[in-house]
Amino acid sequence: MTSATPSPASSRFPAGRRAFPHRDLIAIGSLERHEILYLLAEAEQYVAFNRQAAKHAETLAGLTIINAFFENSTRTLLSFEIAGKRLGADVVNMHAAQSSVKKGETLIDTAVTLNAMRADAIVIRHGSSGATQLIADKVDCPVLNAGDGQHEHPTQALLDALALRHALRAKGHVAEDFTGLTVTICGDILHSRVARSNILCLQAMGATVRLCAPPALIPQGVETMVAEVHNRFNAALAGADVVMMLRLQNERMDGQFIPSPREYRHLYGLTQDRLALAAPDAVVMHPGPMNRGIEIDSDVADMPGRSIITGQVEMGVAMRMACLDVLTRKARGVAGWGDGEWL
Amino acid sequence: MAVSETAGLAITNARIVTPAGVTGGALRCEGGRIAAVGEAGPLDGDVVVDAKGKLLAPGLVDLGVFAVDSPAFHFGGITRAALMPDQSPPLDHPARIRFAAYSGKPDLWVHPLAAATAGLAGGQLAELALMQEAGAKAVATGRQWIGDSGVMLRLLQYAAMLDLVAITHAEDAALAGNAAATAGEMATRLGLPSAPAEAEALALARDIALAEMSGARVHFRQVTTSAGLALVRAAKSRGVNITAGVTPAHFMLSDLALGDYRTFARLSPPLRSEDDRQAVVEAIGDGTIDVISSGHDPRGPEDKRLPFADAAPGMAGAETLLPLTLTLVRDGVIDLPRAFDLLARNPARLLGVEAGELAAGREADLAIIDTEAPWIVDRRKMAALAGNTPFDRQPVQGRTTALFKGGKRIV
Repeated sequence: MTSATPSPASSRFPAGRRAFPHRDLIAIGSLERHEILYLLAEAEQYVAFNRQAAKHAETLAGLTIINAFFENSTRTLLSFEIAGKRLGADVVNMHAAQSSVKKGETLIDTAVTLNAMRADAIVIRHGSSGATQLIADKVDCPVLNAGDGQHEHPTQALLDALALRHALRAKGHVAEDFTGLTVTICGDILHSRVARSNILCLQAMGATVRLCAPPALIPQGVETMVAEVHNRFNAALAGADVVMMLRLQNERMDGQFIPSPREYRHLYGLTQDRLALAAPDAVVMHPGPMNRGIEIDSDVADMPGRSIITGQVEMGVAMRMACLDVLTRKARGVAGWGDGEWL
Repeated sequence: MAVSETAGLAITNARIVTPAGVTGGALRCEGGRIAAVGEAGPLDGDVVVDAKGKLLAPGLVDLGVFAVDSPAFHFGGITRAALMPDQSPPLDHPARIRFAAYSGKPDLWVHPLAAATAGLAGGQLAELALMQEAGAKAVATGRQWIGDSGVMLRLLQYAAMLDLVAITHAEDAALAGNAAATAGEMATRLGLPSAPAEAEALALARDIALAEMSGARVHFRQVTTSAGLALVRAAKSRGVNITAGVTPAHFMLSDLALGDYRTFARLSPPLRSEDDRQAVVEAIGDGTIDVISSGHDPRGPEDKRLPFADAAPGMAGAETLLPLTLTLVRDGVIDLPRAFDLLARNPARLLGVEAGELAAGREADLAIIDTEAPWIVDRRKMAALAGNTPFDRQPVQGRTTALFKGGKRIV
């Protein structure tokens, strides 16, 4: 593994500065375009690495990574855990259900406790927007946001970009960004941190973003952030190059936002017929877990050459490896990463 | 009679703020009340205080605070504070009203506001007449809007009979839900639970209609949106007996202050858009707003060092009330006499207390103010019980240099 020596910074990066000058990864909203591209470029080596039979490096050997998940998660937690372990770090998972959070300890106290255990990186998922930043302000090591409330889920947006780039390359698309591409994001935009991170990431990479949801699931003011907002799925799909479906969050939905899952499928389910409205070879994405037969039909979700849903999961591990690698470089004393203040 | 009561107090060489304008000269007090304003020279035996050309204003009357916090009130030139019923336990019983009414004396007069409903739950009317006799100067719905229109109508009819002003919180509860921000781009970017600004206008429209039906005097403690202010303006012009207030947060700040999830900017109602902020400034200028109060609600780290939506709303506002209101004078929105109408005279009238203006016969609650004195708000150095101010590190001008309650110097 050669990850100890960072890839040479290309001419796109500002001279005299580290390619990624942030201590933490909290939000896509605080990243520059070239920083996003840098993280994606760093992830490529791990995509290849993960496809080998033996996939274990010692890059992060001796470092302790704590995955502090205050909200239930299976795939994101697993993805971060595998990413840390493949890089040789000692990975510890803290589940809120087992922690003193349930005994009334405040988030700040938990943060201070984690800090006192001398973690070298902390990955946090929390149900409140801004909670990750709050913890990051109290600890001395890099903090990675694995989803905070309805705010952001930056590694998801990065892995989506990586998966999309791979899918486009397979089709002969040579550009490194998404200029000229139209992406339709459909589903519960209001409650979705994945949508927020993806809106910012895709647009930073040059894509045109359309949103689609019933009015109650469109957050006010979002029309100033994207090119188009639709309530009708067919119009939102017309000619789209990428269709990104979001999970219908059944647990918050019934009766409040939509009349029923059946009616939701009728209006917003991605079926073969609907997909035909998009561009001829449009890519289908979903951050998972899917409600098959509600927001997406099985025959669409499993469509070879079109659906990259499993590709997203694969890229997730590589992307998180890259993030853990880049954020710990200063602590590991990697040449060229020791100087300068954090942004 | 004790010597201290017969000895007069004369404040000379002052710029005196009266409702009619700012005049030069001296002000004399006797027996704890103002005896003469303007041409009054000190008499033999008077205690004489030379104001050295500074402003002499009525002590501020702060309508709607959540804690009795004398050091903060005195720093801010506040001599009377109307205490919200949202205490633990709530002020819904005559004995609690009586206790609260004595809690600041003699240096600070606390005017407890009677809880409108038992436990502030919005259901059963509280014993308003008994609480009035125990010292309640008005009735308040607390931090909450009363969702049940039948309860609200009966409350207003009853308050009208007792000639008590009803102070209400104008936010439609069903629409507001657990919102921590006003719906808009900022809330969307931050991913905060939000409610549309129209939640305020909806609540105001209903309560204005009920005020008209019942003939009650209704004071909306905070009106913070353009649509809400338009409703208040229209209702006033057709003679409905309502008044409106605001705190400096809503004429100084917009929801841009929520960036970085600063919980000191978590307020109720939440900060609004820049358009609404400008509408509030305009409404202060045109007389739609009658009262500026601090909404003083000191909150320690256990309530504020939390994720934004989990933090308790409220700000420590007593110390910044005066200087931030003076920015409106400097910006030409209002003149000095009007500033003290908003800060003292109007709230005193709503409470029915003989204070809030410099006129013969009124209580000698006086503040000598250096309107130009510059200082920097610092959350770590505040006099208040907690330093949760959204104005931390902001340079301001104007501070109280001397304060008198009933003719007795307390600062």
